[in-house]
Amino acid sequence: MARMVTTRNKVISTAAAWLAGFLIFFPILWMVLASFKTELEAFAIPPSFLFFHWTTENYVTVQERSDYLHHALNSIIIAGGSTLIAMLIAIPAAWSMAFSPTKRTKDVLLWMLSTKMMPPVGVLVPIYLIFRTVGLLDTRSGLIFILCLGNLPIVIWMLFTYFKEIPKDILEAARMDGATIGRELIYVLTPMAVPGLASTLLLNLILAWNEAFWTLNLSTLEAAPLTVFIASYSSPEGLFWAKLSAASTLAIAPILVLGWFSQRQLVRGLTFGAVK
Amino acid sequence: MGRITLQGVQKSFGPVHIIKGADLEITDGSFVVFVGPSGCGKTTLLRLIAGLEDVTGGAILIDGRNVVDVPPAKRGLSMVFQSYALYPHMSVRGNIAFGLKMAGVAKDEINRKVEAAAATLNLTPYLDRKPRELSGGQRQRVAIGRAIVREPKAFLFDEPLSNLDAALRVQMRLEVTRLQKQLGTTAIYVTHDQVEAMTMADKIVVLNGGKIEQYGSPLELYEKPNNLFVAGFIGSPKMNFVTGELAKQQGATTIGVRPEHLKVERDGQGGWQGTVAVAEHLGSDTFLYVDAAALGMLTARYVGELDLHPGDKVSLIPDPARIHRFDDSGKSIHA
Repeated sequence: MARMVTTRNKVISTAAAWLAGFLIFFPILWMVLASFKTELEAFAIPPSFLFFHWTTENYVTVQERSDYLHHALNSIIIAGGSTLIAMLIAIPAAWSMAFSPTKRTKDVLLWMLSTKMMPPVGVLVPIYLIFRTVGLLDTRSGLIFILCLGNLPIVIWMLFTYFKEIPKDILEAARMDGATIGRELIYVLTPMAVPGLASTLLLNLILAWNEAFWTLNLSTLEAAPLTVFIASYSSPEGLFWAKLSAASTLAIAPILVLGWFSQRQLVRGLTFGAVK
Repeated sequence: MGRITLQGVQKSFGPVHIIKGADLEITDGSFVVFVGPSGCGKTTLLRLIAGLEDVTGGAILIDGRNVVDVPPAKRGLSMVFQSYALYPHMSVRGNIAFGLKMAGVAKDEINRKVEAAAATLNLTPYLDRKPRELSGGQRQRVAIGRAIVREPKAFLFDEPLSNLDAALRVQMRLEVTRLQKQLGTTAIYVTHDQVEAMTMADKIVVLNGGKIEQYGSPLELYEKPNNLFVAGFIGSPKMNFVTGELAKQQGATTIGVRPEHLKVERDGQGGWQGTVAVAEHLGSDTFLYVDAAALGMLTARYVGELDLHPGDKVSLIPDPARIHRFDDSGKSIHA
């Protein structure tokens, strides 16, 4: 009897999980479907789920109207560059806070996080003016700079929690085993920290890829990443749902593929520290 | 060789004095146990010897050489941690070999030594497993293997058995003792378990509040404790202490009698009268907790089974030759 209840509960919770998963995934699915519809079908009511005239004309139009590769390259450079620089700054910072904490370490960490509590729009005007004065508007380096700063607190926090999980005993054991600081780093610390570094890198890459506020406000064409490419299909001539969907699908495709292949790392990264 | 000498070793963390001047002479090949209640500084003292903490004052000599400025890697000691501290990303073989690899030992010699150590510790079938695939006892063995393979001057053990279950702990206790005797290497072993201390040690260091209370063989500590603290800490169940008129008659402030030195008589007339509050029947022993009115609660141990129950009247007769006497400051008075 008890066993039957367990099985039934299992079925129900599995179904619920699938339902929740489907609900979360639905907007993406709908967007991809819409990108293969004609403009008329895209906003037809009632909407047709699968039985419509499949067409790739939206992709052709999007490709003709704007330079996807140019924006994609900008996205790669901006997301990749800001992530790498953020990691370079965050690793030593998190390292020193995790392994030689002082009385103020907690305060410093909280202060860093507190900068994320302010809505970015609050500093848009001053940042915009600074960017204009120093000539960073619509430049890749300007966007790399601002995204790097924006994500730095999160990167440091993530790395800090990872490093914190490496037991001090193991480092001391290596020291007792005769390892110098350099060898301790190469043979013991790095191999143990690699999963943490990898998932932090991935998560930050995704955050930077999807960042829309600063990229939309500080770039127009030259340095514009895929977020600007998508946005360009929403305003001037009214809404073109099908083309907008095609552009969005193109924009998220690379990161979706990356995310798919690294989902194990990502899940580990997001739940890290929750359970030992 | 592994002779370790401490000369006035002190350690403070900021204003907090953890070790308040420790002097100790550990002879080569002996098994010395640091024992004391938690927070007494025993682990800190071990870490000072290891070099994982810097001394605030005093000297630590290994084979006559002061090592206070020598990094842990160069002191020639090896350590077994309470948490095992195995390298999670390395196999058992890699864990045991790591120290030798760091020392630049040739590959085939490393292999030979690792395999010899694994054979001693019954780890041969597990050499290619990762630590997470091992049980607690096996992990502990790997940690010990990592320590012995380097043929150090001394082993430092930091409560190595406290994460094991009771049965395994007894077994590992025997194995560690036997291994140490077989290798003849000096060992310093930290524990809060006085049974471990009594059974494993050649000599015990009793620490309390950052000070060495007494240093001696287990039986010396049992028979001639220096003071009230050592008397109460060594021995299980704890020694009974009686103050007041009874103590004064013996010319002391406090007198102490171990539970095993109290003779139990049912409805007896002599000795100390009391009522059984709790009786623990273990078969081999009977422990009685006796409410002896003005004397307080007394513990008595009877070897074998004694059919007594709560509420029964008993008299406890102390063995006059085994009464410990202590003065005002808690120091032992030796006749």
